[in-house]
Amino acid sequence: MLLAIDWTELAQQTVIGLSSGGLWALLALAIVLIYRSTGVINFAQGEMAMFSTFIAWSLINHGLSYWEAFLLTLAISFAGGIGIERAVIRPVERAPVLTIVIVTIGLLFVVDGAARWFWSSETRSLPNAFSTRPITIAGVAFSIQDLGNIAVSLGVVALLAVLFRFTKVGLALRASAVNPEESRLLGIRVSWMLALGWGLAAAMGAVSGMLTAPALASFDQNLMQPVLLYALAGAVLGGLESPLGAVVGSLLLGVFVNLTGTYIGWIGTDLRLPLAFAVILGVLLVRPSGLFGRPSVRRV
Amino acid sequence: MNRALGIGLWVLAVAAGLAVFLLAPHFVSDFHSRDLARAGVFFIAIVGLNLLTGYTGQISLGHGALMAIGGYTTAALVVHEHWRDVWTIPLAGIAAGVVGFIIGLPALRLSGIYLALATFGFAVAMPSLLKKFSGLTGGSQGLRFLESAPQQVTGLAGTVTIFGHTMTQNHFLYYLTWSIGIVGFAIAWLIVRGGFGRVVRSVRDSEIAAVSSGVNLARTKTVSFAISGVYAGVAGALLAIQDEIVNPLSFTFLLSILILVGAVVGGLGSLPGLVFGALFVQYLPTISTHVSTRAGVPDFVYGVAIILVMILLPTGVGGLLRRVARPLTTRLYTRP
Repeated sequence: MLLAIDWTELAQQTVIGLSSGGLWALLALAIVLIYRSTGVINFAQGEMAMFSTFIAWSLINHGLSYWEAFLLTLAISFAGGIGIERAVIRPVERAPVLTIVIVTIGLLFVVDGAARWFWSSETRSLPNAFSTRPITIAGVAFSIQDLGNIAVSLGVVALLAVLFRFTKVGLALRASAVNPEESRLLGIRVSWMLALGWGLAAAMGAVSGMLTAPALASFDQNLMQPVLLYALAGAVLGGLESPLGAVVGSLLLGVFVNLTGTYIGWIGTDLRLPLAFAVILGVLLVRPSGLFGRPSVRRV
Repeated sequence: MNRALGIGLWVLAVAAGLAVFLLAPHFVSDFHSRDLARAGVFFIAIVGLNLLTGYTGQISLGHGALMAIGGYTTAALVVHEHWRDVWTIPLAGIAAGVVGFIIGLPALRLSGIYLALATFGFAVAMPSLLKKFSGLTGGSQGLRFLESAPQQVTGLAGTVTIFGHTMTQNHFLYYLTWSIGIVGFAIAWLIVRGGFGRVVRSVRDSEIAAVSSGVNLARTKTVSFAISGVYAGVAGALLAIQDEIVNPLSFTFLLSILILVGAVVGGLGSLPGLVFGALFVQYLPTISTHVSTRAGVPDFVYGVAIILVMILLPTGVGGLLRRVARPLTTRLYTRP
């Protein structure tokens, strides 16, 4: 019976979808941040997030609590992101866009290789960030972890929005993304703004990784590969130019993928990703720049 | 006089290239000619991608999936229909060409990075789709030539005789792949030099200007995708013939990415450098494992090499060749 929908089940599945969508949203936001300022998709974003998660795991193994490790990892990732930009992206700043994209693919191999090199392939797990006890709202039992993930994701997004909208650095970041030449004339150090963008993106990826890992019984160096693919899909769905779009796109995708996977048996788990991309293709054909993107207008 | 010299040099270069092609397998072990044959597969796919990305300006991250179409067409014909493996190659090319044409349709609406990611989605989805439709594709087991139709595998007996020449199976695969590669290269060269080449370059450089000059954008893009797809399909067919098996893991999205890496390293919008792109993609992983086989180190070295090449040669080997060749050719063709 199609009409006999179990509303409790539906609400639960929607929250689970929002929870995973929220984690994708953070990585999608990282991708959008770099895309806006350089026109480049950073294919290494997922692996960088995985690396951060491994750092957090090591810190916790050395006796730190989850949230201490969390904050310390954020700082390390931020510095690491800036370092990576200075070391490998800056030398190709003026090269064709595809050249920079290939550099990020090289970076994907470097970071992935480094993680396999430094940490063995044994499986490991992160402690839960939130209590595993379920709470009941209006007769529906939700896991605190799912709600916590959604809260942290939205919190990070809000912080970022505040940074961009109300601070001088945020203004400089936006200015150098919109018009690098003029920003340079106004005394903004555009090249450093790119580095700062990479640092922020790396930190956001780290949050995504550190929240993704605890939900799994164990994780290894492949942790963020599926997340990167969904984040890319979410970012494209929302429109690569738009941070808000990345968040909304990822959340929508999370709910959509989880609901179709649950209710349409034929799709199950193995066709989720193809389905996600099929939907995006459909959306793009109607709105070629994503849901929130604006078509670019150019002078000829 | 100078023109004659120019043509002479050109003929010399072609002759040298052909000599290398004919003699290369005799300087390496039989086993290594198989690696060279694999490099030829990459070469064909990269030439095809370069026609699309380098000359028409449409980025595709889905060429691995087009190779899958070619490879599975070959495998299905051999395993289910018992065709001789080499005769399936044209059909594999056509099948991938048709799919390439269909993938090209969104290109009429999407541009730049959105198109790249839409094609990437196709590449990501391909392995799951291959697993799902297991009746035709054998699911995650894939299709094995040797179990289902060993008599259709050329050279299974150990040697192959063509026109009175007897050669080992590995040499046969090498000559087969690179002969097709050279023919494909020549066709690509004729395409980019001809009228259609000018049309696609105008689309790459400015779509609006191209349309204003009467270029049919829809036809140009979809036909480019189709041509590029034929190359990818033939490459996929050859990959299947070399491996004597296809399975979803041979065609992950990493393959699409590697083809793009090869095309950019070889030099977009240039043909001679692509051989280096193919050799780079084929041999770098092997070279990396020579550095150290410790887990992760080969990947690390591989990535560092990609980054260094891009920093040192931002326009690829093709760009370098152009820079080296320009003083030479300008001197040859300037009239006193």
